[in-house]
Amino acid sequence: MKIAALQDESVLEGLPEPAVELKRVSRLYGSFVALREVSLRLPAGASAVLLGENGAGKSTLLKVISGLTAPSYGTVQIFGEPPQEQRGRISTMGHATMLYDDLTGMENLIYFAGLNDMGERAALEHIAAEALRAVNLDAANPRRVGEYSQGMRQRASLARALLAQPELLLLDEPFSNLDVGSAHSMIDRLLAYGSESPTRTLLLTTHQAALAQPLAQTTITMQAGSVVSVVERAGAR
Amino acid sequence: MSYAAHVWTHLRKDLRLEWRSKDSINGMLFFSLLVVSVFAIAFDPTAFPGISRQISGGLMTVAVLFAAMTALSQSWVRETQNGVLDAHRLAPAPLSALFVGKALANFLFVSAVEVVLAPVFAVFYNLHPLGQTWKLLVILPLGTWALVVNGTFFAALSLRTRNRETLLPLVLLPISIPALLAMIQATTAVLTGEFEPTAWLKLLLAYDVVFTMASVLLFETILNAD
Repeated sequence: MKIAALQDESVLEGLPEPAVELKRVSRLYGSFVALREVSLRLPAGASAVLLGENGAGKSTLLKVISGLTAPSYGTVQIFGEPPQEQRGRISTMGHATMLYDDLTGMENLIYFAGLNDMGERAALEHIAAEALRAVNLDAANPRRVGEYSQGMRQRASLARALLAQPELLLLDEPFSNLDVGSAHSMIDRLLAYGSESPTRTLLLTTHQAALAQPLAQTTITMQAGSVVSVVERAGAR
Repeated sequence: MSYAAHVWTHLRKDLRLEWRSKDSINGMLFFSLLVVSVFAIAFDPTAFPGISRQISGGLMTVAVLFAAMTALSQSWVRETQNGVLDAHRLAPAPLSALFVGKALANFLFVSAVEVVLAPVFAVFYNLHPLGQTWKLLVILPLGTWALVVNGTFFAALSLRTRNRETLLPLVLLPISIPALLAMIQATTAVLTGEFEPTAWLKLLLAYDVVFTMASVLLFETILNAD
C-alpha cells in the first residue's frame, strides 16, 4: 500500500495527463468551508472510492469535479480542460434520480439519449432499451418512474448515468437504500462498465466501504473538507 | 442532432408531461375564467358596450398575464425535481434549446387557454369588434410570446431564490410593461376601431425579437450561475 500526501502540490508535477486534477481547490458556502485546499489527481482508468463522515465534503467534491459547482479557489481540470468544456464526457448519479417522475423509464432514457446526440429515433429506442436491460429493468414496463420502488429508481438512474458511455462517472452514495443483492448487481454493472474501456474513470462516495471494495483500486478519505489520505490497492492499474 | 431537433425533443417532453399532469392548463383556465367572471359580475358590460370595448383589451391581458404567471413559475419545477436540471447541464445539448423548448411549450399552453377564454370573453362582455378582427390573430400571439418568453426566462432566473413565486411577478411585471401596453392598445384599437394598431404591433414585434434574443443568449449563463 502506498499513501500519497496530495496536499503537497509538488508531487503532482511531471505526471501524465490525468482524468481528474484538482489543485488547491476550496469551496465556501458563506463562511462554511466545505472543501479546504484539496489537491487530487486521478489517472484515466482509475476506479476510486471516496470515504468520509457526513459533512466531510464528499458530495461537494463530486459536484466541483463534475462542474456543477464552481470552486471558490483553485483549479479543476478534467482530461486537461475545465469540466464545463467536457460536457458529455462526464456523468453523475446523485441522491436524486435526475429523471422525470411522470415519464416511464424508457421515455426518460430516450429523452436523455437524444440530448446526448446518440442518433435518430430508432437508434435512441434501441440504446435506451439496452441501457435498461443492463440494469435489469424491463424496457416495456409502462409504469412511470414516480411509481417505481426505490431500488428500481436507483437502477434507472444508473442506466441514465451510463447511457452516454461517459469517460468520467461520478456516483454519490449509489448503494444507499439498496438491499445487498441489488447493491452487488450494481457493483457488477459498474465493474463491467469500467472494464469495457481502459480510460473509463470512476469515482464514487459511499459509507459502505466493505461493499464497495471491488471498485476501490484507490481509496480516498476525507475529513472536514480535506483529503487526509489516498491509498492505492497493491496491483491496481 | 440539429438545434431544432433538440428544441423539438424538449418541447415534446414538456407537452407529454403537461398532457399527463395537466397542472398548468387547469390552473390557468380556472384562474383566467375566474377573473373574467368576476369583472363581468362587477359591472354590466351589456349596458355600456362602448366602455366594454375600451376596457376589454386590458381585462383580457390581465387575465392572461396572471394566469400565465401561475404556470410559468411552475414550468421549471419539473426540471428541479429529482435534480434533472443537473443532468441537462452535463449533457452536450445546447442549454438554450431547453429554454426555447420550454418557452414554446408555455406559449402553446397559454394560447390554448386564450382559445377557450376568447369566446367566453366575447359572450360575457357582448363584444362586437368595430376594427379588423383578424388582426387579433397577430396581436394575441405576439403579446403572448412576449409574456411567455420573459416569464420563462425570469422564472429560470428565480429558480435558486427562496421566494421565487414572489420574485417572479416583481421582476416580470415592470419589464413587461412595454409589451403589455402594446398588447392592450393594439387589442383596444381592433375592438373600438378608433385607431390603427400598426404602431403598437411594431412595438410588440420589436419587443419580442429583442427579448427573445437576449433570453436565448443569457440563458446558459444564468443556469450555470452558482
